[in-house]
Amino acid sequence: MPAWPPKVAGRDPALVYFSSASGNTHRFVTRLDWAATRIAVEPEAPLPVVDAPFVLVCPTYADGQGRGAVPKQVLRFLNDPARRRHICGVIGTGNRNFGATYALAGRIISEKCNVPLLYTMELAGTDTDIARVTDGLRKLGDNLCSTVS
Amino acid sequence: MKDMLDTKITRAINWNRMKDEKDLEVWNRLTVNFWLPEKVPLSNDIPSWATLTDHEKQLTIRVFTGLTLLDTIQNTVGAPSLMPDAVTPHEEAVLTNIAFMEAVHARSYSSIFSTLCSTKEIDEAFRWSEENPHLQAKARTILDTYAPGNDPLKRKIASVFLESFLFYSGFYLPMYWSSRAKLTNTADLIRLIIRDEAVHGYYIGYKFQRGYEKLSEDKQQELKDYAFNLMFELYGIENEYTEELYDGIGLTEDVKVFLHYNANKALQNLGFEALFPPEVSEVNPAILAALSPDSENHDFFSGSGSSYVIGKAVATEDEDWDF
Repeated sequence: MPAWPPKVAGRDPALVYFSSASGNTHRFVTRLDWAATRIAVEPEAPLPVVDAPFVLVCPTYADGQGRGAVPKQVLRFLNDPARRRHICGVIGTGNRNFGATYALAGRIISEKCNVPLLYTMELAGTDTDIARVTDGLRKLGDNLCSTVS
Repeated sequence: MKDMLDTKITRAINWNRMKDEKDLEVWNRLTVNFWLPEKVPLSNDIPSWATLTDHEKQLTIRVFTGLTLLDTIQNTVGAPSLMPDAVTPHEEAVLTNIAFMEAVHARSYSSIFSTLCSTKEIDEAFRWSEENPHLQAKARTILDTYAPGNDPLKRKIASVFLESFLFYSGFYLPMYWSSRAKLTNTADLIRLIIRDEAVHGYYIGYKFQRGYEKLSEDKQQELKDYAFNLMFELYGIENEYTEELYDGIGLTEDVKVFLHYNANKALQNLGFEALFPPEVSEVNPAILAALSPDSENHDFFSGSGSSYVIGKAVATEDEDWDF
């Protein structure tokens, strides 16, 4: 089971993310250089244990009607109140080519968990996305999450 | 001996034994997304079409003929050429769906034409597509890569570039019209095509990554060089194609930014890094909004966007939520 909080001292809030085998979100988080734990792709794999504020990064897998947007593994992760208690925001990823369902998982999680949708971005992100998210997470560490926890 | 015998067994596809779950995920996505042009009320665009100048009409028909050519290639050669290299029977089945939907796309441009244009205009545009050197150059470059005996992973690179990059010099125009409240039903149809092509590029790129990760570092570097070289070559052609089409209405620079943005996304589908820096890839927000209506960019961090406001009418119902 992945250790929590992940090891990169002084980086708060940490990230929890899901990335399927296509790896876009994983590549984004890797380039971000921020403490992060991955929710495993394998449905039966143990889920990360969290006991501190975190931001969830979640891709969208919706069909044309928006069904199935949030990966099952992420639902399983959020269904546990002990974990859900610590979520302080969500970053939604996706592809604008999917029209109205672009980054839909981020919007759904934001609504269900009553936390802000912090940012939306496409695929593995651009250099601009990396800069904005890094900057935003730093600010968030100073403000929002400290009051949540 | 047993192995030899085994190779003679013809196997029925078993969807209850998946070797790669992505095949089922993409199959489900593609089949749920199935559509036909008859479902889009194109004739509602007739009054809007009448507001375009003759030059704008000709440009629009030519752009759609160019898109038809790419869909024809992908339907008859591109997707079928990937089948012998499929690593699972389910991948083959997905590719048959991709091939068929490309035929639907190619067919739907003709629906647009028959609704909005005269036979003379249509025939002129098809003749143009056969004679335009840039359009023919991109077709030839891709078809050369698809040729039998070529490296299967190079074929996938070319296929992803077609699906995720080459279409966009054309897709720009209906998105532009849509952003100006013109040809909005046509834009709805094009968005269905864009949605399909996004799944195709994603899936073929995913299969590329699975093959690529098994290679030695040397071979990986060689393929990556090949991919970037091919992108440069196609980008050169696309630049000229774009200038020829869009100089007349002053949109060339805006289209080129859209090309950079999509080239970067095509490379990301292959698992590679972006090629064009952000400063030349920031797409006109009106075009982005036309691509994904109702989904503005969120940047809560910097205080832009509507932050806490949550999208309306989202499909949150899922029996697997526990709260």
